[in-house]
Amino acid sequence: MLDHVILSRIQFAFTITFHILFPAFSIGLASFIALMEGLWLKTKKMIYYDICRFFTKIFALTFGVGVVSGIVMEFQVGTNWSGLSHTAGDILGALFTYEVMSAFFIEAGFLGVMLFGWNKVSKRLHFTATCLVAVGVIISAFLILIANTWMQHPVGFIYENGNFTPDNWLLILSNPMLYPRFFHMVLSAYLATGCVICAISGYYLLIKKHDHFAKKVFKFGVIGMAILAPTQLIVGDLVGLDVHHYQPIKSAAIEGVWNTSKEVPYLIFAIPDQKAEKNYYEIGIPYAASLINTHTFDGELIGLKSVSKDDRPNVAMVFFSFRIMLYLGGLMILVSLLSAYLLYRDKLYDYPLLYKLWILIAPAGFVAMECGWFTAESGRQPWVVYEYLRTNLAASNVNRYQVMASFIVIFMVYVIIFGFFYFKYLFKTIKKGPKRFTDKEINYPFGYLQSNSEETKQ
Amino acid sequence: MTHLDFILPIIWYCIIGAGILMYVILDGFTQGVGILMPFAHNMHERNMMMSVILPTWDGNQTWLVFGTAALYGAFPAAFATLMPLVYLPIMTMVIAILFRGVAFEYRMKSTEKAHIWDRVIFISSFLVAFMQGNILGAFVEGFHHEELLKNYFAWHSPFSYLTGMGVVFGYALLGATRIILKLDGPLQYYMYKVAKICLILVSFFMVSVSLATPFVHPEVFNFWFDIKKIPALAILPITTGILFLWCWHELNSQNNDKLPYILSYLMFICGYIGLGLSTFPYLVPRTMDIWQAASPTSTLIFMTPGALIMLPCIMAYTYYAYKIFKGKVHDPISY
Repeated sequence: MLDHVILSRIQFAFTITFHILFPAFSIGLASFIALMEGLWLKTKKMIYYDICRFFTKIFALTFGVGVVSGIVMEFQVGTNWSGLSHTAGDILGALFTYEVMSAFFIEAGFLGVMLFGWNKVSKRLHFTATCLVAVGVIISAFLILIANTWMQHPVGFIYENGNFTPDNWLLILSNPMLYPRFFHMVLSAYLATGCVICAISGYYLLIKKHDHFAKKVFKFGVIGMAILAPTQLIVGDLVGLDVHHYQPIKSAAIEGVWNTSKEVPYLIFAIPDQKAEKNYYEIGIPYAASLINTHTFDGELIGLKSVSKDDRPNVAMVFFSFRIMLYLGGLMILVSLLSAYLLYRDKLYDYPLLYKLWILIAPAGFVAMECGWFTAESGRQPWVVYEYLRTNLAASNVNRYQVMASFIVIFMVYVIIFGFFYFKYLFKTIKKGPKRFTDKEINYPFGYLQSNSEETKQ
Repeated sequence: MTHLDFILPIIWYCIIGAGILMYVILDGFTQGVGILMPFAHNMHERNMMMSVILPTWDGNQTWLVFGTAALYGAFPAAFATLMPLVYLPIMTMVIAILFRGVAFEYRMKSTEKAHIWDRVIFISSFLVAFMQGNILGAFVEGFHHEELLKNYFAWHSPFSYLTGMGVVFGYALLGATRIILKLDGPLQYYMYKVAKICLILVSFFMVSVSLATPFVHPEVFNFWFDIKKIPALAILPITTGILFLWCWHELNSQNNDKLPYILSYLMFICGYIGLGLSTFPYLVPRTMDIWQAASPTSTLIFMTPGALIMLPCIMAYTYYAYKIFKGKVHDPISY
């Protein structure tokens, strides 16, 4: 029978897995919209305005679901993870408060202007609001990553009587693992969004609708992906170096290394067996894992067996989720470089197959991002604060039936109501397509999702 | 204990108190209107009632999110202690909040199924209000840990159900007076009557809770019935009584459509102050005071500038948003 710890873990994992999709998409969309609006102001071409307006509709819907689905987690931290709140609240609580304040600040101050102020405020002020929203959502991500990185690699604190007290906030904010992870996350949000943007425009190109709009968006999407996807590989490598340095057991699980050894091969595929402490069906590239993790051919990787069985993460989980992330990343790099090459040869719009390819990999960025987080989060188990606080001690001592009941309801609400309706309105918006603006129309603010629906009624 | 060690927890107690008060003020009437949904006679009336709350509802509940996050940041020990103790009410409230938000958004999108969403709005608003009152009651009563760790339903007691219903009718009163303020015609007239019923029920629950509060613990009893302090403390119930009579008079005469709303708010604030006086300086009553629960001073120093910059901006924006939607609603808002 599942106990309250594992149920709380499942509940939180589900909530956060679902939630992160929306903030990540918001981060990517906000930057894209800001870029397009900047181009509109610079070139004064209406096409950029149309692009802004179309993606603002999707942004509004996404941001709304993101805010609402995030509310639950704030309470879960207290209800289900009171052990963590008790011991590390002095540090994490302040970071969460800042995150809520900044999110709240954007929402209250600039989101309204961005969504509903198109014709109510000056262009320049509107552009400023859009940029502030774009920066604000990134700041939110940064604050969350400070908290998460602190849990992965705690620094700047005093540990007394089982309690973490902040000792040096500057050190917490300049955690050596923080910046690569932050850029890795922002880039993954951009890539995930890029895939969707390319897929939407590819879909229009495929069905030969909104041609002018689609070509412009597709071109920007492809250029963006071709620059960002390879960059992500470099940043990801930096993160990998840090993980190997600060969390060697996570690296060991990622690479499926049981015994500490040098000249370790990178396993393209294997089936790790936690109980037998070995892998089956290994297919490896010699020296590659050492090269990736240490940047030398004979670098030493610490093995999983160097710690007791209780201190090891679920190897298969970490191993496979890392590989899914990596291979999807590789796929995105290939497709975007191919598209960039075709763009360079002026043949970007000659192959409908390319559009289909982009539509096919539309979710790739999001799946890769989720798998990256699965790697990071399950790879640090059994610790919630790395090497200080075990996950089972962080959970609240609540009745498992309460946890189970609340999980079932949260699951239904998220999947049925948010998931179903989000996709329903997302596809409706895509199907309806961008509006071509000649004159300016006034929108009236009533809520996030309304900005999406009001134009569908016109 | 240096000055900062002493003062910062008080500042954050006030910030959180202000956040929760903002929430009660803004989201109170929103839930009240939701609770009153079944009293509307037809679709048109329900649309009109929704129009009162639609433009501003989503900003309102963010104050709850802020208050909770600030509680976590400034008083993590209290947050970690209280949250698991009220697991079921908190989770029910959060889930009801989700349902309510969804129902608001989708109600307008489906015309033929709008009545189902209206029912969802009613049930979820009722649950949110009742659970909040329930948590409040459990909070005032205090928790006896040893008992609670064995009993997951220790938050439920006659007292907490009393406060639960008190909050439900309190919000309903706010909702009814808000409708009086925002609407004209037969619905407004009808709401005068509804508000009167709510007012009676609210005063019944307020009196019961006020009478019961001193008896939940001797410490609270001694606070309220200290001979030296009685003259000063009596101001609060007397003010509330005057506000009640004045509000009753205004609802009877129907001369002024703004005063009932303002007066019922003042009554709410009196109750809020009363509960604050009964529990201060405790965050977990009689177990953990604000200085015991507070984050270390370095954390509070780290958090304070952010709050001092952002909160005034958010308040200013909230004021601005309400200003845009000032005045009577004459036609149902539709998208």
